[in-house]
Amino acid sequence: MTEIKTENEMVHPELAAIEIEGTERSDVLMKGALAAGAIFGLGAISPFLKGAMATSGGSKGDIEVLNYALTLEYLESAFYNEALKKAGVTGELKELVNTLATDEDAHVKALTQTIKDLGGKPVKAPKVEFPYSDTAGFTALAETIENVGVSAYNGAAPKISSKEVLEAAGSIVQVEARHAAAIALQNGSDPAPDAFDKTMTEAQVLKAVQPFLVS
Amino acid sequence: MPTLKRNKKPETADPETEIGVADPDQKFGKSGVSRRQLMTMAGGSVALGAFLAACGDDDSSSDSNSSGTSGSSGSSGSSMEDDNSTAQFGEGDIGIMNYALTLEYLETAFYDDVAKSGLFKGADLETIRKFGSQEAEHVAALTAAVKGAGGKPAPKPKTEFPLNNAQQVLRLASTVENLGAAAYLGQAARIQSPEVLAAALSIHSVEGRHAAALNTLLGKTPVPDGPFAQPAPASMVLNAVQPFIVS
Repeated sequence: MTEIKTENEMVHPELAAIEIEGTERSDVLMKGALAAGAIFGLGAISPFLKGAMATSGGSKGDIEVLNYALTLEYLESAFYNEALKKAGVTGELKELVNTLATDEDAHVKALTQTIKDLGGKPVKAPKVEFPYSDTAGFTALAETIENVGVSAYNGAAPKISSKEVLEAAGSIVQVEARHAAAIALQNGSDPAPDAFDKTMTEAQVLKAVQPFLVS
Repeated sequence: MPTLKRNKKPETADPETEIGVADPDQKFGKSGVSRRQLMTMAGGSVALGAFLAACGDDDSSSDSNSSGTSGSSGSSGSSMEDDNSTAQFGEGDIGIMNYALTLEYLETAFYDDVAKSGLFKGADLETIRKFGSQEAEHVAALTAAVKGAGGKPAPKPKTEFPLNNAQQVLRLASTVENLGAAAYLGQAARIQSPEVLAAALSIHSVEGRHAAALNTLLGKTPVPDGPFAQPAPASMVLNAVQPFIVS
């Protein structure tokens, strides 16, 4: 567990079977190792986002992208906060999950505030449920979800018109990528499976997270 | 045989890998600005704090988050746009891509040297080779992109890295990767072409992954900046890597 594994082990092959509009889930799945997380205080709203409030004209397109991101961040936040109660995480993994939960909560807060300040209406938190029954199931799912998050931001970012909103999205996606790598290491899989992270369209992302959305 | 075991204790500062503090008077490139001057120009502790956080070499980021981060990023939007250090590599997106190419050349050479150093074996060596080969793919992609945009790719710099022992090398690798991720983030909003932006983002998050993996192996947090990664302006990044560029 303490060594970097280079074998691309599929922890949950059933996830790979899920197709994302022609893209094998295994393509976006990472393979992972060991992580330690320090618990960070809930960061204040990102300064980038403050800048966005001040200078962006409130472009409708940007608000749409921000609400799309907010939906994903709500999902991630709920996922980790629930896991702290029921995934049986302990020790270093618990520390990491605490960090992940804190980060996603901060993203939710920052995105919500930015949407409001741009004159938009933040979407509500979706009702979610996550299909895992043990710690390994949780960490495998976490890897999938973080990778989808990275692909979602990278796919949406070029559509953003405000420089400040773009910088904020960049700041968040790097953190999602870091989460993906850290959780992949927990799973003994590859923290950086590709030289170029793949992008996903909104339709692909929504399809990928559909199993977790309860309506 | 050194292994990439994660440390139980957080790393303490090592002058050899503290990119930002070595040889503060060394001149950088055409600007002729010394690192000490640059730090002053860059707004002292606030910007430097963000830079060091970006370098992932302290575990007190929660502190810098509450104090330094907000200040530094508050200035980031404007200061980033004012920093046109990439112009020395070409105009606009070509300059930015050539700047990135220079950093990718440096990372590729670093991992290449590390792989040849004999300091790592087995799975550890495989990981180093893998990260190195990914950097080489970034070099190839950026070279092609610069040419595709009608520019002339930046030359491969001659580099030299201190490679004393496995732990020191890992710390240096972590510093370089965290800096690389911050460097890409610093350019994102300056890029004009959506295609170049998409390519830069797909590299940016991979640099973030490398940084997080190396941090983890060193017993550091994978997210040294907290929930929001901090950017680094080109002037600061170029200054920081200058000690590794021989010519």
